[in-house]
Amino acid sequence: MAAAGPSVFLLMVNGQVESAQFPEYDDLYCKYCFVYGQDWAPTAGLEEGISQITSKSQDVRQALVWNFPIDVTFKSTNPYGWPQIVLSVYGPDVFGNDVVRGYGAAHLPLSPGRHKRTIPMFVPESTSKLQKFTSWFMGRRPEYTDPKVVAQGEGREVTRVRSQGFVTLLFNVVTKDMRKLGYDTGPSDTQGVSGPSPPPGRPL
Amino acid sequence: MNPKEEKVKIITEEFDENDEDAGVGGQKKTSKMARQKRKKPVCGAGDPEMVSENPHLGNQPEPLQEDSDTRPLSMTTRRGPRSLPPIPSASRTGFAEFSMRERMREKLQAARSKAESTLLQEIPTPRPRRLQSPGEKELETEFGAEPGEEAQKTQQEDDSQSRSRVKFRDSVRKIKTKPPVPPGFPSAEEAYNFFTFNFDPEPEESEEKPKAKNRDGTTQEEEEGEEEEPPVQGIHKTDEQLLISATEAEAFLWGLDHAAADFVAVRPADYESAHVRLQMEKELLFVPSRLAVPTYKKLPENVQPRYLEDEGLYIGTRPDVPRTCQNIMENRLLTQEPGRRWFGDDGRIVALPNPIKPFPSRPPVLTQEQDFRAELETLYKKAVKYVHRSQHMIGSGDSPGNFQLDIDISGLIFTHHPCFSREHVLAAKLAQLYDQYLARHQRNKAKFLTDKLQALRNAVQTGLNPEKTHKSLDTTQKTINEYKSEIRQTRKLRDAEQEKDRMLLKTIIKVWKEMKSLREFQRFTNTPLKLVLRKEKVDQKADEEAYEAEIQAEISELLEEHMEEHEQKMEAYRAAYQQWKAWKKAQRAKKKKKKQAVEEHPEEEMGEPYPEEDPVKPVPPEPTDRALMEHQVRERAARSRRRPGEPLLVPELSLAGSVTPNEQCPRVEVLRREDVKRRSIYLKVIFNDKEVSRTDSRPLGADFRVHFGQIFNLQIFNWPESLTLQVYETVGHSGTTLLAQVFLPIPETTIVTGRAPIEEVEFSSNQHVTLDHEGVGSGMPFSFEADGSNQLILMTSGKVSNSVAWAIGENGIPLIPPLSQQNIGFRSALKRADAISSIGTSGLTDLKKLAKWAAESKLDPNDPNNAPLMQLISVATSGESYVPDFFRLEQLQQEFNFVSDEELNRSKRFRLLCLRSQEVPEFRNYKQIPAYDREIMEKVFQDYEKRLRDRNVIETKDHIDPHRAMVAKYLQQVRESVINRFLIAKHHFLLSDLIVEEEVPSISILGLSLFKLAEQKRPLRPRRKGRKKVAAQNLSDGDIKVLVNIIRAYDIPVRKPTASKFQQPSRSSRTFSEKHAASPTTHSPTHSADYPLSQVLVRPFVEVSFQRTICHTTTAEGPNPSWNEELELPFRAPNGDYSTSSLQSVKDDVFINIFDEVLYDVLEDDRERGSGIHTRIERHWLGCVKIPFSTIYFQAKIDGTFKIDIPPVLLGYSKERSMIIERGFDSVRSLSEGSYITLFITMEPQLVPGESVREKELVARYVSLIPFLPDTVSFAGICDLWSTSDQFLDLLAGDEEEHAVLLCNYFLSLGKKAWLVMGSAIPEGPTAYVLTREQSHYLIWNPCSGHFYGQFDTFCPLKSVGCLIGPDNIWFNIQRHDSPLRINFDVTKPKLWKPFFSRSLLYPGLSSVQPEELIYQRTDKAAAAELQDRIEKILKEKIMDWRPRHLTRWNRYCTSALRHFLPLLERSRGEDVEDDHRGELLKQLGDYRFSGFPLHMPYSELKPLIEAVYSTGVHNIDVPNVEFALAVYIHPYPKNVLSVWIYVASLIRNR
Repeated sequence: MAAAGPSVFLLMVNGQVESAQFPEYDDLYCKYCFVYGQDWAPTAGLEEGISQITSKSQDVRQALVWNFPIDVTFKSTNPYGWPQIVLSVYGPDVFGNDVVRGYGAAHLPLSPGRHKRTIPMFVPESTSKLQKFTSWFMGRRPEYTDPKVVAQGEGREVTRVRSQGFVTLLFNVVTKDMRKLGYDTGPSDTQGVSGPSPPPGRPL
Repeated sequence: MNPKEEKVKIITEEFDENDEDAGVGGQKKTSKMARQKRKKPVCGAGDPEMVSENPHLGNQPEPLQEDSDTRPLSMTTRRGPRSLPPIPSASRTGFAEFSMRERMREKLQAARSKAESTLLQEIPTPRPRRLQSPGEKELETEFGAEPGEEAQKTQQEDDSQSRSRVKFRDSVRKIKTKPPVPPGFPSAEEAYNFFTFNFDPEPEESEEKPKAKNRDGTTQEEEEGEEEEPPVQGIHKTDEQLLISATEAEAFLWGLDHAAADFVAVRPADYESAHVRLQMEKELLFVPSRLAVPTYKKLPENVQPRYLEDEGLYIGTRPDVPRTCQNIMENRLLTQEPGRRWFGDDGRIVALPNPIKPFPSRPPVLTQEQDFRAELETLYKKAVKYVHRSQHMIGSGDSPGNFQLDIDISGLIFTHHPCFSREHVLAAKLAQLYDQYLARHQRNKAKFLTDKLQALRNAVQTGLNPEKTHKSLDTTQKTINEYKSEIRQTRKLRDAEQEKDRMLLKTIIKVWKEMKSLREFQRFTNTPLKLVLRKEKVDQKADEEAYEAEIQAEISELLEEHMEEHEQKMEAYRAAYQQWKAWKKAQRAKKKKKKQAVEEHPEEEMGEPYPEEDPVKPVPPEPTDRALMEHQVRERAARSRRRPGEPLLVPELSLAGSVTPNEQCPRVEVLRREDVKRRSIYLKVIFNDKEVSRTDSRPLGADFRVHFGQIFNLQIFNWPESLTLQVYETVGHSGTTLLAQVFLPIPETTIVTGRAPIEEVEFSSNQHVTLDHEGVGSGMPFSFEADGSNQLILMTSGKVSNSVAWAIGENGIPLIPPLSQQNIGFRSALKRADAISSIGTSGLTDLKKLAKWAAESKLDPNDPNNAPLMQLISVATSGESYVPDFFRLEQLQQEFNFVSDEELNRSKRFRLLCLRSQEVPEFRNYKQIPAYDREIMEKVFQDYEKRLRDRNVIETKDHIDPHRAMVAKYLQQVRESVINRFLIAKHHFLLSDLIVEEEVPSISILGLSLFKLAEQKRPLRPRRKGRKKVAAQNLSDGDIKVLVNIIRAYDIPVRKPTASKFQQPSRSSRTFSEKHAASPTTHSPTHSADYPLSQVLVRPFVEVSFQRTICHTTTAEGPNPSWNEELELPFRAPNGDYSTSSLQSVKDDVFINIFDEVLYDVLEDDRERGSGIHTRIERHWLGCVKIPFSTIYFQAKIDGTFKIDIPPVLLGYSKERSMIIERGFDSVRSLSEGSYITLFITMEPQLVPGESVREKELVARYVSLIPFLPDTVSFAGICDLWSTSDQFLDLLAGDEEEHAVLLCNYFLSLGKKAWLVMGSAIPEGPTAYVLTREQSHYLIWNPCSGHFYGQFDTFCPLKSVGCLIGPDNIWFNIQRHDSPLRINFDVTKPKLWKPFFSRSLLYPGLSSVQPEELIYQRTDKAAAAELQDRIEKILKEKIMDWRPRHLTRWNRYCTSALRHFLPLLERSRGEDVEDDHRGELLKQLGDYRFSGFPLHMPYSELKPLIEAVYSTGVHNIDVPNVEFALAVYIHPYPKNVLSVWIYVASLIRNR
C-alpha cells in the first residue's frame, strides 16, 4: 500500500474581516475565532484574533473598516464539522463601557476561490424591560457565555436576539486533497470553460 | 311621364340626398334587395330604430312608382318618397288593380324586411340573410313573421329598452300579432283609428315635421291601400293578413312620403309653442304611466291574488327588471290589451326565470339556399401571422431567447500531408496504430470475452448439476444449449479479438522497425517518435497452466461440439441410409418387377422413369479425431495467443526522440522543411452553408499539427442544419487552397459547454500534389522500397479536434432551442439505427420500447458498454411492473441512504462516526477520525466491544471478591444509565447557560456596593478575592493548573535515634490511647526531657503528587516546619474533555505526602571528609493528606489545616510533643492528636464549577461521583440520592450521607441521642456528619473515617453546620455563626434553631423509609483469606513493576513478622501497639535500618490499594541493597465488609 493517497485534506483560508456597517455605533473592534468539528485541527495560522478599534468613515458610507487579516489552515479527515468563523464586535456605549455590538457566524466557504460574505450581526436581548434598562445603565449588556454559541444550533431556542449590523468578510480558500479523498466541492467543471485547452497530447 | 312629374322630380332631387342609398336599392329592385338589407345593419348600427327606419320606409313608395309607371327611367331618375303627390296617385287610379297590388306587395315586403332586419340587428350574430325573391314571397313572409313573433315575446320581457323603442316595438308587435286573429280585425280598426287621428292635424304640421308629413303621406297611401284591400283579401288568405299587418306597419312608421309634395309653397316656419306641442303629443302619443298598477286591476274581479311561493311551490327567480319598467309594461298591457292573460295569479307579469331560450328558434335553412348564399357570404377569419420558414427559425413561437452554440476548435493534426516525408508517413501510421492499440487496450475486449466465456462455462457447470437447479429439466437443457451456443460464439469472438490484438502488436513492431531502418537509411530523423516495448514478466508456471487449461477446455468443448455434430450427422446418415436402403429395396423390387415386366413388355424398358436419380449410398460420417483437433486448437492458440511464459509486451510511444537539425540534413529534406514552414492553415466555420467565422491563420508545425485553441460562440437564430469546418491552406504568399471540409455533428441537447468532450473529426482531401522535395505529395504514388515497388498512394488527411456544445446562459439554463423544433424525421431514423445513441435525449421517453428492443436484440447485460442502458431499462421496467402490496413509511429512504446499511456496518470509519455521534463514552471525544478504514486500528473498538460484552459478565479479576464485583458491576450499570440520561439532558439549555446577564440589582446589593465604597483600600488582613471564572469548555491540556500552597505543618513525628537492637526504648507515655477527645490529654513532661538532647530532628518536606506528576517543596527542619511554598501541578482532563460533566467525574486525588529527608553519610573513608561530602538522601514517608480533585473543583479553593494521615505505627519515628516553648499556646491544639498541615489549594484558572440545580444533572453527577465503597474518596455532593441503609449495605457503596445515616441509625438503636449534621467539612465540602450527645458535651463523628471530635476541637474537619436532622424533626441553624466551635447545639432553643415541624406545621408522623431491621450475613473467611493472598501477590508484583531498573528483594523473614503483627493491629484498631510492635521487630531485625508502616483501608477494589501503596513511594528507594517487606491482612466483618491492612517496609542492612 505504497503511496495510498493522502489521509487528510487541508483547507487554507486567508482573507480579511473587511468592514462593517453598524449604523448607530462607532469605535468598534471585532474578535474572531473558529469553531470546528472534532475531526478538524488547525495546523497553521491564528485561530483567533482581535482587531484594532476603527472609527466610522467620514463619507456617506459610514463604513467601519478593519481590514483585519485572517490566515488559518486546517486539516481534517471529514468534512463534518466544517469550520465556522465566529465574529463578535464590541464597542463603547454612551458611558464608555465596552459592550458587545454583534455576534455572527458563517461557515468558511466550501469551494476554493475568492468569496465575499456579508454576515448579519445580532446581539442577545435582555429578558425584560427593566433588565434592559439596568443593563444599559450599568453598561453590562447581555452577552453570550461564549461567542462560539452562535455557531451552534443547540440551545438557541432559549435566547432572543436583535439584529444589529453587517460585517463583510473576504475569504480566499485553497483546498488540498479534497478531491483525492472523494469530496468534490469545486465548481462543476473548472476546465474547458476558462479558456481553450490544447488537444490532448498524443504523439504523432 | 307628365310634366308634373318632371317637376316633382326636380324637387325631390333636394330631398334625395339622404335617401340615396335606399333609393338606389329600391330602384334596383329584387336583386338589389339583398344588398339593401345588407346595408341596413350598417345604417342601423349607428342609430336607434326611428332614424334607421325612416329611410327604408321612405323609399318604399318609390319603387312602387318606378315599378308601376316609371320603370324605364328608374336608372336615371331618383326621387324621394315625397315626390309622389296625392294627385298623381289619384291619376293613377286608372291603373289596373294588379299594379296596385304589386305596389302593396312591395311595400309589405319592404316593411317586413325592415322589421326583420331590426330584429336581426338586435340579435347581433352576423348571419347570412336570405335573399328575397318575388317568387318566394309567401314562404318568406311566413318565415319573416315568426321571428317577429319571437321578437315580440322577447320584447315583452325586455322592458329595460328605451322607451321609444318600446313604443315602436309595441306597434310592431301589434302589427305582427294581429294577423293570426280571426277576421274582425280589431287591430286593423285600431290602426285605422290611429291613422285617422293623425290625419286631422296634418295640414299644420306637415311642413314642420318630416315625421308628420310622412305620416300624412302614409295615410294617403294607406287610404289607397285600403281601397284596394278587400279584393286581395279574398284571393290570398295569408297574403291578405300579411298585407294588412304590413299596411298597419306602414301606417305607423311611414309618414315621410307626401308631406313635401303636399305643400310646396314657401312659408315661414310655423312656430308651435311647447305647450301646444305637448298637448298635441299627448293626444298623439301614448305614454304609459310609471306608477304601480293596483293588483286588483290585473286580476279578474273577485279573485284574490294567489302566491305560489307561499304555497310551497317552486318558482324560479324572475329576471331582474326595474320596478318602473315593470310598471310601465303593466300599464301598457292593461291599456292596450284589456285581457289579463299576461298576468299571473299573483298579479304580476308572467315571466320566465331566464329569458334566453336554450336552443335557437330559427328554423334550419334549406341547403340549396345556403349554397347559393354562401358564395356571396364574406367569411371572417382571424388574421394569421405569416410564419417564415418555421423549420429553420428558432424561437418564433416559444421563448424567443438567443441560442448559442460554442464551437471550440482546439487544433488540427494531419495524418497525411503532401509535405510528409517518408518517415512522417510511417510515423503517422505508427501513431495511428498506437492509438488503435490504446483504444483496444482500454476496451480490453479479449479480457472481457474471456471472462464472459468463463462465466458461461461456470453457468453450464452449475446448470448441469440437477440438484442445484430447481428448474424443470427442460428449461435447464434449453438454457444449457443456449449457453453452449453462446460459448461457441464467444470463443470465436474471443479468438478473433486476441488474434487482432496480437496482429496489431506485431504490426506496430513492424512499422517501428521499418521506421528505424528508414531513419538509418536516410541518416536523419524527422520525427521525435520513439517506441519502447516494455516487457512485463509473467509467472511462467501459472501462465503455462492457465494456457494449458484453456486449451484443454477448448478441446473438450470442441469435442463435445463435434460429437454433437457427429451425432447429428449420424442421424442424418442413418436416415439417409434407411432411405437409400428403402430405395434400394424398391429398386430391387422394381428391377424384379421390371424383369418381369421386361419379359412382358420389353419395349417399356426405355421408359424407365428416373434412371439418374439413383441415391448414392451415404457415407457414414467420420468420428472426430481428438489429436487432430488438439493440433488445430494449439495451432490457433499459437497464432492468436501469447505463448505461455512469454513476457507481455507493452508498447509505449513517446516523443522523446530528437529531430536531426536542419544543417545535418540533405538538401531535399531541408527544402521540405522550408516548404512546411511556409505553409499555414486556417479554418472557416460554416454554419448552415454560411461562413460565420474563421480562425486565425496558423503556421503548420514541423510535426504537422496546428494549434488554434479558439472558441467561437455562435449566436444562432436558425436551427442548425449543418456545421462545417473548411480547412484552408496558405502556401507562402500565394493563394489559399481549400484542403478539405469537415462536417461536425450538431451536438445533442444534453451536451453543454464545459461538459463536451474534445472530439476528433477526420477529414481528407482528394487533391493531387507533387512536390519537388522529400515530401511524398498527396494522391501520388510513392514507395518505401529502393526499387520503387510496393507503391503507396496517400491522400491528404487529418483530424480536427474540436468540441461543439450548447452554451449555458447566465442563469445556468442551456441555450438550446426547444426540442420540438428539431427535425423529427431525422431523429427517428437515427433511433432506429441505434437505440443506445438515442438514449441521450429523446430515447428516454419510450423506455418500454427500449426495453423491448434490448430484449429482442439480446443485449449482453454484462457488457460494460451496455451497463447504463441495462440499468436504465431495469429502472424503467421495475418501476412500472412492480406494485408493492404493502405500505411503507419513508419509502424513499433507500434512495436517500448515504450508503447501504451493510456498508455502514462494515466500514470501521462509519462505525466510529456513528458511535461518536451517539456520544458513546469511549468515542465521545475521539478526534480526527481517519479518512480511510485502513487507518483505523481494530484496537480502537476493543475497549468498547469488551465493555459491551462484559456488560452482563461479572468479572472478578479486579475485585476478587465476587460480591463486590457484582456490586461494582451494578453500580457501573446505574452510572451508565444515568450518564445516558444526563447526556440527553445536557442538550437542553437554560438561558443562563447561554447568556450572561447582570441580575437586576436589589436594594441590598446596591447598599452593599455603596458600603464597599467606604471600605478601606488596603485592609490589614487581606482576604483572597474571587477570581474570574473560566468556562470549562474552551480549555485544553495544559491550560489548567492545580496550585498547592503548603504553608506549615504541626507536630510532625520526629526521628528516634537509631537504637541498638538491645536497647529497649521506653514506652512513650504519649500514646494514641489517650485520644479520647472528651478528656484532654495530659502530657507527661518526662519523656520530653531527652528530646532536646537528641541530635536527630526531622527534616520534613512535602511532596504533592497529582495525576502522577510530582512536585516537592524544599526541606524544612523540625517537627513544626514552615514551608510557605507554592507548588504547581498541571491538570489533564480525561480524554481531553474539559466539559463540566467530564471535570466533575475526575476521580484523581491530590496526594500530599510528608516525607522526612534523611541524610546518610556514605563516605567510608574519614580521610576524604575534608575534600568532599558524600551523602545519600533517603526519604521516609511520614504521612499524607489526600484531597480529591473534585473537592478542589467544586470548592474552587481549599484553605485550612488538615490532619495528616499518619499510620498508627511509624517505625523509627515517634511523636514528640514535648516542646516546652510551644506549650503556651498549645492548649487548644492539644485537644486532638496527630500531625497537621496547613494548605491552600486552588486551581488556576478558576473553573466554573458545574453548579446547576437541575435534577438530572445532579443525579448524573451523583452517580458519577459515587464511590464504590464507603470509605474511599468521598466526593462533594451538592445533592445526592440517598439510599436506605439496607441498600447501602447491599451495595457496599455510598457517600457521606449513607454513612452518616447508617451511623446515626446505629447510634439511635444504641439508645444514644444522635442527629445528622448537615454542613460542610474539609476536605469533603458539603457533607453529613453525626452529632451525638454525651453527658455534658457533644461529639461530632465523621462517618466516613469513623473519627470523632469534640465540639470545641479546633481541628474538627466540620467547619459549618447548616441543619440537624433528628428522628422526628429538622432544625435549621439560625445562629450568627455556623462553626461548630461557636454554636450551641441545644435544639430546644427556638432562637437558635428553627424547627421544620413546628406548631404551625405539625409533625405528621411520617413513617421511615428504612427497613425495620437489617439482616447481616456472615462473611466467608476462606474467601477473605484467599483474597488476602491475592492482594499481597498483586501488590508485590506492582512494586516490582514500579522498580523496573532495580532488583527488588523481598525479606521473607520480615514479611512473616509483619504479617504476624497485622491481626494485632486490627484487633487494637491501630492503637496502642506501636511500641510492642517495634520492640518485637527490632528484636527480630536488629541488623536492619528500616522504615515502614501499615496502611489501613476499607476494601473496595484493588486499584485504590495499589494507588495507596504507590503514593507512599516505598518503591522509590534505590539503595542498592534495599530489601522490602509487604504483608496484607484482611479482616472480614459481617455483610462482606472487609478491612484491609497493608504493611509495607523497606529494610537496609546495617553494616
